[in-house]
Amino acid sequence: MTVEPIIHVESVAQRFGSRTIFRDVSFTVNTGEVFVVLGGSGCGKSTLMKQMIGLLIPSAGHIEIFGHDISGANGEAALHEVQRKIGVMFQSGALFGSMTLLENVMLPLEMFTDLPVDGREAVARVKLGLVGLSDAASLMPAEISGGMARRAGIARAMSLDPPLLFLDEPSAGLDPITSAGLDKLILDLRHDLGATFVVVTHELASILAIADRCIMLDRHAYRDAGGIIAEGDPHVLRDTSTHPMVRAFFRRELPAVVAA
Amino acid sequence: MAFAGRLEAGTVGALWRQGTHAAHRARGRALVFDLTGVSFCDVGGATFLAAVEAAHGEAANVTGADERVVALLDRTRAASQAAPRTELAVPWTARDIVTAALGLVAASIAFLGEAVVAIVRLPARRRMLRLSDLLRYADQTGVRSVPLVFLLGYLIGLILAFQSAVPMRQFGAVIFVANLVAISLLRELGPLLAAVILAGRTGSAFAAEIGTMKVNEEIDALVTMGLDPMTMLVLPRMIAAMLMMPLMTLLLELAGLLGMATVMRGFGFPLQAIALQVQAWVGAGDLFGGLFKAVCFGLAIAAIGCRAGLGTGVGPRAVGQSATAAVVGGIVATVALDGVFALIFYRLHL
Repeated sequence: MTVEPIIHVESVAQRFGSRTIFRDVSFTVNTGEVFVVLGGSGCGKSTLMKQMIGLLIPSAGHIEIFGHDISGANGEAALHEVQRKIGVMFQSGALFGSMTLLENVMLPLEMFTDLPVDGREAVARVKLGLVGLSDAASLMPAEISGGMARRAGIARAMSLDPPLLFLDEPSAGLDPITSAGLDKLILDLRHDLGATFVVVTHELASILAIADRCIMLDRHAYRDAGGIIAEGDPHVLRDTSTHPMVRAFFRRELPAVVAA
Repeated sequence: MAFAGRLEAGTVGALWRQGTHAAHRARGRALVFDLTGVSFCDVGGATFLAAVEAAHGEAANVTGADERVVALLDRTRAASQAAPRTELAVPWTARDIVTAALGLVAASIAFLGEAVVAIVRLPARRRMLRLSDLLRYADQTGVRSVPLVFLLGYLIGLILAFQSAVPMRQFGAVIFVANLVAISLLRELGPLLAAVILAGRTGSAFAAEIGTMKVNEEIDALVTMGLDPMTMLVLPRMIAAMLMMPLMTLLLELAGLLGMATVMRGFGFPLQAIALQVQAWVGAGDLFGGLFKAVCFGLAIAAIGCRAGLGTGVGPRAVGQSATAAVVGGIVATVALDGVFALIFYRLHL
């Protein structure tokens, strides 16, 4: 398989007021990968994702997706190009509360395709079937559980068959079985559709199950700011990393510095 | 100092002042905690001991305590040292108020600009303005408020007629109550009361709906799908309010006239006389001037409600604050606009 970059992030930083969340974050995501952004709470994982999906303009650095620079001067036009080719699942699912699950999945199809209404419905039902929600199609978001809302969120993110999917904490707060089910879903979708996934999470089991590669962010990567402290295959990182925070994370123990 | 019994949050309250004052007076002398008689000490109790120490200024020698209490006290000391008391900021300085006011003005202008951009770009985004949404908001705004509008209009007509009949009777001019009520309803009270209903029922609902969507990341989801929240959420609500307000106003005015007629009938005037009186004195200008104001009020209230919703912050209280801001802003804007219209109409001799 040829390695083709799909996202290229270069020296990105984010500042809020005088506080620098992270800086000098650079990495590349290749086509067909499951790429995980991991790190402890408050390290800026979700902020980094917001930058990648264009909700937040980085304070410094560049982000290129499909070759379009979404952080530069023509960011808005570039973002417009990119938005049709990405799908995003938010932490809460972010389903539209006034629509049924089916209507939620149908909405992007209605906006961006010329499918007739029965065609839209057929596609949406297939997507809901893929995430195992066939019999919940007519339920409202308020009537379903958190795990179902996330799966429906994935179905909606996939409705236009985007080649790139962003998932924000797909397994946070879920029981281990549901969480494992979501992991399997991600791997199946990657296998069946050849989609690239960028997953933000801190669930250790999930990371080891799905990630081809990962970066780890830490609040104290630099003296004054957070940043990347490790990059690579999570299994390799777990077994060989010498960084105290990385070791502590993968072994689920207190880091040497804090413990002392 | 010797303590006995249970040292816990529920019991140290009575000792707190006494203990810290005594420790403060004893500055310079050695402080000893004799905890021999203490049967139980929780974090509240340990915090009290740490506070007594802090008031004294030096660490105390602890005697007679079991090893768990000593460990708890050590951890409490470390925690209270690690968390220095933050100075409470003065909540509102004059500068804050000015900054906030300017920020609000800037945000409102930006919002208006975005709305204009959304309208200009509408031809390219026709799909995002969904007819079903528009009808739903029109239903929510107009149709569902019919009973309230009717009731309020009827009562206001009734009350106005009764109240003005008392002084009018002294001049034998009770028949002119019909003119008075009709003109004040059509020119002023109709649009104004309909606007208050709209702000209370619909402006707040718009703010709460959009605010909840913001809190639930639904707005973010729209944006990342390449859908414009302004076109999808704000424009249909503004159009619905603009379309419904004149109808609500008209209904309120009709109900008010009905209320007035009820009272006048009670005074013995035949319906024809009342109708003639109203027709002779009230012109189409009064009616359409009022309805024009109603359209503007509707636009302002819907825009303020949507803006409050989109500006919702984080946390569970934010949605409630947005709804309040929508109602207050809507009513204030209505009255301010009404003042402007009064001036314009006066200048134009309308």
